[in-house]
Amino acid sequence: MDALRLYGRYTAVSIRSQLAYPGSFLMMSFGQFLVTVIEFVGVWALFQRFGHIQGWRVGEVALFYGLASVIFSVADAVTRGFDIFGSVFVKTGNFDRLLLRPRTTALQLLGYELRLTRIGRLAQGLIVFSIGVHMTGFSWTPASAALLAWALAGGTALFSGLFICQATLAFWTVESLEAMNVLTYGGEAAAEYPLDVYARWFRDFLIFVVPIAAVTYFPLVAAMGRTDPLGTPAWALPLTPLAGFAFLALSLWIWGFGVRRYTSTGS
Amino acid sequence: MAANLYPNGALRPYLAVLAGRFQLMLQYRAAALAGFATQCWFGVIRILVFAAFYAGGAAGQPLSLRDAVTYTWLGQAFLAFLPWNADPDVADMVRSGAVAYERLRPVDTYAWWYARALAWSTARVLPRAALMVAFASVLLPLVGLGKWSLPPPPTWSAAGLFAVSALGMILLSAALTVILNVIMTATMSDRGANTLAAPFVNLFSGMIIPLAFFPDALRPFLRAQPIAGLVDIPFTIYFGGLTGADAWRAIALQAVWVVVLVLAGRWWLERALGRLQIQGG
Amino acid sequence: MPQILVEGLAKTYRVAERDPGTWGAVRGLVRRRWRTIEALKGVDFSLEAGELLGFIGPNGAGKSTTIKILSGILQPSEGRCEVGGLTPWRDRIRHVARIGVVFGQRTQLWWDLPVIEGFDLLRDIYSVPPDRYRRTRDELVGLMRLEKLLDQPVRQLSLGQRMRCEIAAAMLHEPSILFLDEPTIGLDAPSKLAVRDFVRVLNKERGVTVILTTHDMHDIEALAERVIVIGNGTILADSPFETLRQGVLAERRMFIDFEADAPDLAGLDLAGVTVHGRDGRALELAFDPRVIAAPQLISRITAAHSVADIHVDEPAIEEVIARFYDLHGAGEA
Repeated sequence: MDALRLYGRYTAVSIRSQLAYPGSFLMMSFGQFLVTVIEFVGVWALFQRFGHIQGWRVGEVALFYGLASVIFSVADAVTRGFDIFGSVFVKTGNFDRLLLRPRTTALQLLGYELRLTRIGRLAQGLIVFSIGVHMTGFSWTPASAALLAWALAGGTALFSGLFICQATLAFWTVESLEAMNVLTYGGEAAAEYPLDVYARWFRDFLIFVVPIAAVTYFPLVAAMGRTDPLGTPAWALPLTPLAGFAFLALSLWIWGFGVRRYTSTGS
Repeated sequence: MAANLYPNGALRPYLAVLAGRFQLMLQYRAAALAGFATQCWFGVIRILVFAAFYAGGAAGQPLSLRDAVTYTWLGQAFLAFLPWNADPDVADMVRSGAVAYERLRPVDTYAWWYARALAWSTARVLPRAALMVAFASVLLPLVGLGKWSLPPPPTWSAAGLFAVSALGMILLSAALTVILNVIMTATMSDRGANTLAAPFVNLFSGMIIPLAFFPDALRPFLRAQPIAGLVDIPFTIYFGGLTGADAWRAIALQAVWVVVLVLAGRWWLERALGRLQIQGG
Repeated sequence: MPQILVEGLAKTYRVAERDPGTWGAVRGLVRRRWRTIEALKGVDFSLEAGELLGFIGPNGAGKSTTIKILSGILQPSEGRCEVGGLTPWRDRIRHVARIGVVFGQRTQLWWDLPVIEGFDLLRDIYSVPPDRYRRTRDELVGLMRLEKLLDQPVRQLSLGQRMRCEIAAAMLHEPSILFLDEPTIGLDAPSKLAVRDFVRVLNKERGVTVILTTHDMHDIEALAERVIVIGNGTILADSPFETLRQGVLAERRMFIDFEADAPDLAGLDLAGVTVHGRDGRALELAFDPRVIAAPQLISRITAAHSVADIHVDEPAIEEVIARFYDLHGAGEA
């Protein structure tokens, strides 16, 4: 409880210091919004040409697209501390300061910054999702809303886990961290379309290796009240976001391993 | 040698900045490899999505799936040519105010910035493009994925035309980068230009999807605007979508835009720097 | 039971050696050559609560390794270390709640936040009860005269102002041990004095144990009763500073202004005295007080010559330390 209160304090401080430069905040948020909205314009144009993708219409894809964007923007906003961990904490030795405080390092990094500019991408996700809701007649019921919230929670956990893995790598090297973009940004991009449009090997990757499908595709199929064209039993669909939490737990375990390495080598 | 070829050695500083940028960029091998991995991944996703779209029927599409695959790999190979950002060094100069002293260098400021932009993008692109070609043109066919590979241009003339158009793409990219530098200098802020450049460049260059996929009514406009010369024109020439006179017309359009943007950039840069000096008193 | 107990502390690092150039980097991926660096080779000392210890040594001697181990951010390879009954790296969270750490070159405050908000955040990080926090904060603010700084963002403070805030920030949770790493580096003279005063008050009046590392020997002279000199990973000396000085460089200087041109003192047959400088009427002598005491030397000179002025000085502390490092072959590692 105390940790949660502290997180709240960190967040309040972070928001205040970002709003100290409102021009910068607005401009960056708007840029985020524009860059991701324009991607969707491309998707829209393809649907104008092709009509559907594996039977999915543009409205349905908008739901997937919007959900992926919302999840990613939330995770990206809360895990800023892990994202810049290599350059801001390891290279400079500032990580020592975190170790000198009587809190877990993970909590302190979560509290480092709540990146408000991600509100641009969040807005894009919400708008695209709303378009999808409008076009498909997505039915809002307590169950479907709960499923979406559950997917959002699991998805935020999953992507946060990916950013934590990226930060953990920084204990070994701060040079090649961009490679993790494949899984973070690349994972989000993969989740923008329904899973069954992809080839088998790619689907397996998104289910079993980095379970991005488990936090976007399966719960959304369930929330849409559809049966999975890939044949997943209906009872299993709502359970899949658990995989996001499992992934986060695994990432935190690996993180602890990295911290121990840091404290035994001091670099 | 260069000094002999150009009697006054006037090109010397520009050649020096080119060489310097290259060495600097080549030091970031790890970053280049990571960028390459990311570009492969995004290429794969796009191709899988295209394949799924085309599976529903390819009839009446402006491009074949094969062409879309080619276009996608080329896009990933040359991604770093896109002028998303102004020159980071110029951005630093704008922040620190040092940009006002740029005119004190014994070189033509526009040519100086242009050479830097050229060096910057070329140095970033070449290693990644080489890796991408090795991956998409050599490795993929070797492992039996020839259908999804980057094929060579269909004809020698397409190859030749592409080479000319690629040159146009490089010159255009540098001209646009300098325009971003100038916008930064004129507004004395690095935010606006960098934030707004990426979305427009992505959309209008054809990087997000080939411009031919947009509604037909928009096509005359999309093809004529300057940014098409960054991606859509050279790539379409590569896979043989533009040939003969059409290709030459497109290349001429690239050339016109390069000239227009260079002249406009030069004029605007003079004005922006001149205003700085007056303000600086 | 001492408050801090260190026994046989050793730390070795393995560093991968890389051949230069691209080919070296590639070869390094396949086969690595390791070089072992012994940062600490068996360090023992103990400290009672309320002591003020100066910890000095050339760069790379093992100072910061020791401090890092004591503060719980580094694990030693061997040896025992207990601080207030806890092993720092094993009980990190409980341990760091009881210590305060100030790095002269890094801030623990939030750059964009007003000082007071940084303090409030530290209150929450250290879970200090509100009334106790208010009392401690107000005392520290009064003591360091921070009233006018509290509402300013940290980035607007001068280095001296910031350092006063840093030390106050490190004391908000009332730690019983304070680690100060180069607290006066880069400060102007008045700020240095203010920092030293503050540290003295914390140590003498509050009984806070202080471990101070510094390159500024005036800090040591002004504050530390006890000095540990570390070099090449071992403790070279652990004693009151005065003992150290006498052991290394007992020499004193005497500056004499004569009424007439400075005379030749050879006739006086002064043992343990050498002439260091001569300029008109001024003469500078170096003497060993163990051979000839200052009053004796003065009386022998004034008996023979008429003297306008005399003063006696000790060699600068930097000289003492430099000489000490030389004696132990412990220059910059």
